[in-house]
Amino acid sequence: MTVAVTIRIQEADFDIAHEIAALTQGRTDIGAVVTFSGICRGSQDADQGADAIAALTLEHYPGMAEAEIGRHVAEAIERWPLTGVTVIHRVGRIAPGENIVVVLTASAHRQAAFQAAEFLMDYLKASAPFWKREEAKGGTNWVDARSHDNDAAARWTKS
Amino acid sequence: MKILYFAWVRERVGKTEETVEPPAAVRTVGDLIGWLSTRGDEYAHAFEKPRVIRAAIDHAHVRPDAVIAGAREIAFFPPMTGG
Repeated sequence: MTVAVTIRIQEADFDIAHEIAALTQGRTDIGAVVTFSGICRGSQDADQGADAIAALTLEHYPGMAEAEIGRHVAEAIERWPLTGVTVIHRVGRIAPGENIVVVLTASAHRQAAFQAAEFLMDYLKASAPFWKREEAKGGTNWVDARSHDNDAAARWTKS
Repeated sequence: MKILYFAWVRERVGKTEETVEPPAAVRTVGDLIGWLSTRGDEYAHAFEKPRVIRAAIDHAHVRPDAVIAGAREIAFFPPMTGG
């Protein structure tokens, strides 16, 4: 069984419906596609005010970002019976309300697709080399990493 | 060897990449951070909290005790905030 894998890092926005169609086209063995899409918020915290951030700028480590995502996609394919995986992560300047990332996982049944999508997002946040810098009224600053993102990734470690 | 910097490590050092020839006594990633820190105020500032700094050798995450011999490219950056 072939597993269709797409990994892209790009400045341009993406069309989720188009990406789902590309993942399922011509196949009759897929019973479930799970989509996670990450969207730029207007604030990091609720008490910051809804329009505290004018934009995020995403920096990445070209080469390593693709390699790191590829390693986790390969692990997901090993752990769950997937028929396809798509990961697209944007870089550059992204305004509130715009897409940042999409993870699509396809499988015969929903459980594998749900779990693999969550696994991939947890690892993407904790270990893929991307950094967010926010533009706020007071200037720009780098977003701090959150310890719960590392905790979320650690729960997938095989004991 | 080629050294790359990202995000605020890059901003503090003031360059995206450089080629360095550390002395033979610099064996590990941790040693390299210590040696780079002595190269000027901008490096000392970038590496002032070495435990916060993440490192990768040839596109794979490594710990501070990783040996640098044979590395083509070593990168230093803050904890990641993608997704």
